[in-house]
Amino acid sequence: MLAKRIIPCLDVKDGRVVKGINFVELRDAGDPVEQATVYDAQGADEICFLDISASPEGKATILDIVRHTADCVFVPLTVGGGVRTVDDCRKLLEAGADKVAINTAATRRPELISEAAKRFGSQAIVVAVDAKKTPDGRYEIYSHGGRTPEGLDGLEWCKQMADMGAGELLLTSMDRDGTRQGYELELTRLIVDAVPIPVIASGGVGVLDHMTEGLTTGGADAVLAASIFHYGEHTIGEAKAHLRAAGVPIREPWNAS
Amino acid sequence: MATVVIDSGSGNLRSVHRALEAAGCVPECTADPDVVRRADRIVVPGQGAFGDCVHNLENHGMREAIIEAANSGTPYLGICLGLQILFASSEESEGQGLGLLDGDVQRFAPDVGKVPHMGWNSVTWENSESRDPILEGIPQETYFYFTHSYHVEPTDSNVIALRCHYGHDFVAAIRSENLFACQFHPEKSQGAGIALLANFLKA
Repeated sequence: MLAKRIIPCLDVKDGRVVKGINFVELRDAGDPVEQATVYDAQGADEICFLDISASPEGKATILDIVRHTADCVFVPLTVGGGVRTVDDCRKLLEAGADKVAINTAATRRPELISEAAKRFGSQAIVVAVDAKKTPDGRYEIYSHGGRTPEGLDGLEWCKQMADMGAGELLLTSMDRDGTRQGYELELTRLIVDAVPIPVIASGGVGVLDHMTEGLTTGGADAVLAASIFHYGEHTIGEAKAHLRAAGVPIREPWNAS
Repeated sequence: MATVVIDSGSGNLRSVHRALEAAGCVPECTADPDVVRRADRIVVPGQGAFGDCVHNLENHGMREAIIEAANSGTPYLGICLGLQILFASSEESEGQGLGLLDGDVQRFAPDVGKVPHMGWNSVTWENSESRDPILEGIPQETYFYFTHSYHVEPTDSNVIALRCHYGHDFVAAIRSENLFACQFHPEKSQGAGIALLANFLKA
């Protein structure tokens, strides 16, 4: 049975791990390669780097971090942040990323998704969707790390991205990100039911039950979390045990015999 | 003993290379047909589209070299597309596969669930009496990492080594004499994947 995935996410700026509180306040939580290795040892199903510096210097740094991580971590690695072109995708994939996550550049030029999917396969292309609820109950798409409203309808955008060849959506609720109040389950379920590709729920996890909710009520295929793991509140193993006890299909850890 | 990783020009070989190192060898990545012919073992990874992959092999003159090596008994480990290109053609795109196995490469029907089938899924082996040596130490229901939209349907069910369930059962790995090929990615499957690679290196 296909297991639900737990994906620790490391926000990286200029080579260091940080975590945005509502995308504004940043705290330093260490070396990304070291942190990724720890998560791998704890049984993470996948690891995600989001490069929030997105400057030319930052991009060069992230390539190095991806290389070093791919050298010692044998689980899939997703890297996003500042991916603008097919060539940016190529560099990250050649450095050892398995998937690239694209956000702002897709809102600028949606065809980038079909071009990248055709070149590298849909399985390598994740579209990162930052959505915020509007007063009339819809969801609006934001770009530039949550700073720029795009005037795009969240539901239609997600469907369009799937049609254009995205292999997966990384769906972040702007309203919940950094709040620790739990994933936006209504948004998650709306998108999960609307697209034929896997959806990763992101934004707002504060306790382990939030992960259970995201995967059951929300119906997500995977959950992404950052601070709950970064500051040692919970290990990946604890999260998995919690989910398993709740009846969620989870990958059993490998025990060399 | 030279273990050679085939560079079909479609995707990153780094992960496969590093995972083979972790499994205990120093592999050589190549797009040179002569190196393939001399290899003691060949690993055929693959990402992206079937058509691009087989087209690149044609361009490099690698297609014949791989077929020769496979037919001469060189242990072959195919990963993902490296499994699919063993067949003559794929629903995915135009292009002539290696044609070493009979059968089809089909897209998952939408009713199985989300496509791509992406993530960790458990595999079962068929026959515990005559267990494939490459599965030594790998228990039933071990999880491997999959990411694919197409799966193989061999004509001869005797070549099926591992099955996996996603909506319905599909073929997770085949074994035909010196050919072993899996739909999942051992290089991304943590300890389980390294164990499988280490077993392959004993062949």
